[in-house]
Amino acid sequence: MKTLRLLVLAAGLISLWQLLVSLSGVPHYILPDPLRVLVAIGKHWTTLLRHLGTTFSEILLGFVLGILMGSATALTMFLAPVMKRWLLPILVISQAIPVFALAPILVLWFGYGMASKVAMAVLIIYFPVTSSLFYGMQRTQPDLLELARIMGGSTLAILRHIVLPSALPAFASGVRVATAVAPIGAVVGEWVGSSSGLGFYMLHANARMQIDLMFAALAVLSLVSLLFYFLVDHLLDKLIFWESKQGII
Amino acid sequence: MAELPLQAPSIVLDQVSVCFEGISLFERLSITIRAGECTCILGPSGCGKSTLLRLVAGSTAVPFKGEMRILAEDPAQAKVAWMGQDDLLLPWFTLLDNILLGARLRGEVTPQRREKALGLLKAAGLEGYAQSFPGTLSGGMRQRGALLRTLMEERSILLMDEPFSALDALTRLKLQELSADLTRGATVLLVTHDPLEALRMADTILVLSQGPARVKSVVSLTGRPPRAVDSPEISKHYPVLLGELLAGEAS
Repeated sequence: MKTLRLLVLAAGLISLWQLLVSLSGVPHYILPDPLRVLVAIGKHWTTLLRHLGTTFSEILLGFVLGILMGSATALTMFLAPVMKRWLLPILVISQAIPVFALAPILVLWFGYGMASKVAMAVLIIYFPVTSSLFYGMQRTQPDLLELARIMGGSTLAILRHIVLPSALPAFASGVRVATAVAPIGAVVGEWVGSSSGLGFYMLHANARMQIDLMFAALAVLSLVSLLFYFLVDHLLDKLIFWESKQGII
Repeated sequence: MAELPLQAPSIVLDQVSVCFEGISLFERLSITIRAGECTCILGPSGCGKSTLLRLVAGSTAVPFKGEMRILAEDPAQAKVAWMGQDDLLLPWFTLLDNILLGARLRGEVTPQRREKALGLLKAAGLEGYAQSFPGTLSGGMRQRGALLRTLMEERSILLMDEPFSALDALTRLKLQELSADLTRGATVLLVTHDPLEALRMADTILVLSQGPARVKSVVSLTGRPPRAVDSPEISKHYPVLLGELLAGEAS
């Protein structure tokens, strides 16, 4: 049922796109129709795949590193309240600075290679991951903690068996947000300065007025980002089997 | 059945005062909980019944003045087990793992303990549910699980805070019987707002009054709990206790 709903939704959006192109009479070099984009994908699929490899590696690396760094920060703040008083303001300030404005600086510091794009992805997902895990841990039922204390559990055992599993549903929300925004970080990084990746390829095609190819890169990026989101969402559902949730589709 | 120590300790609260945000809950309250008995604390809502239990449990959230002593021959026996109104079963653990929670938290899960937990599950009529997750169990089954987890701790002092209040009447009666059977010999401190539950379960009932709480009356009961609902002792004391509670709520 979920797959069918997705297919109907995709078919509806593509039909709407086709209808818009047909009725508006917009030239194809401004807005190509879906078929033209599909042809472009078929014609350039090896190049698209190569650039996708770069972008997806940046997304994946940024995602993993962002989750590790965010989780480490959240754990530190939870276990050491003194650290929380120092780290929390920094965390909030880091969100007040627009991450996109940092992209040129990151390219300057980390170069045109993968590192600057990974850093962008890490920066963009660091806050949702940290805050979701930290507040998830803080919201552990006090009676559960009291029970564990009476039972004589060590801090580490209570963290492992009670606090972290309690925080998982909230953490999962942060990870879902991270999955959705990590590609933005990687692509913006590529726009600012790179020699490969779908973001770079989109700019490259745009500069040559190959708008169908630009849309092809965008379509591939969207599709892969969606698949990545659904994969992570599915894995999180399996991991947090005790929580029933209303899916977005 | 749970193996409870033969020499259960007694609990003494001597001149205990507890004050929360300027409101005095207890003022020089002195109570003795007799060893190996079930003592029920009965009183109107907000009189500090649960606070009293947390105080005995050694909760850091209840700062108090005065003295709280657990008189035990062996200091190891002075440890308590806790059961609250909510079952507090962890939804990510199976029922068996929930019953073994204390051992897991202390890193003491052994095949013997697992065997014992399975034996307790059988005694409570839950042998087919060892690998079930709490989310798939009924309220009564979950509460039975919570009771077994408390008994699995092998502590001689059991602190029970309205453990059956969230259950339907029939399940509550069944669980009261199971609890009375399995906790026999331990020093049980049971907090309840239900006079019928107190009369069925207790050897002694302490009725608390409100603000600051004091022991309004003590009811000593004869015969082995759990008492039948229609027993003469319940018929005799129920109207009196209900009257005291109603008077307490009204004041």
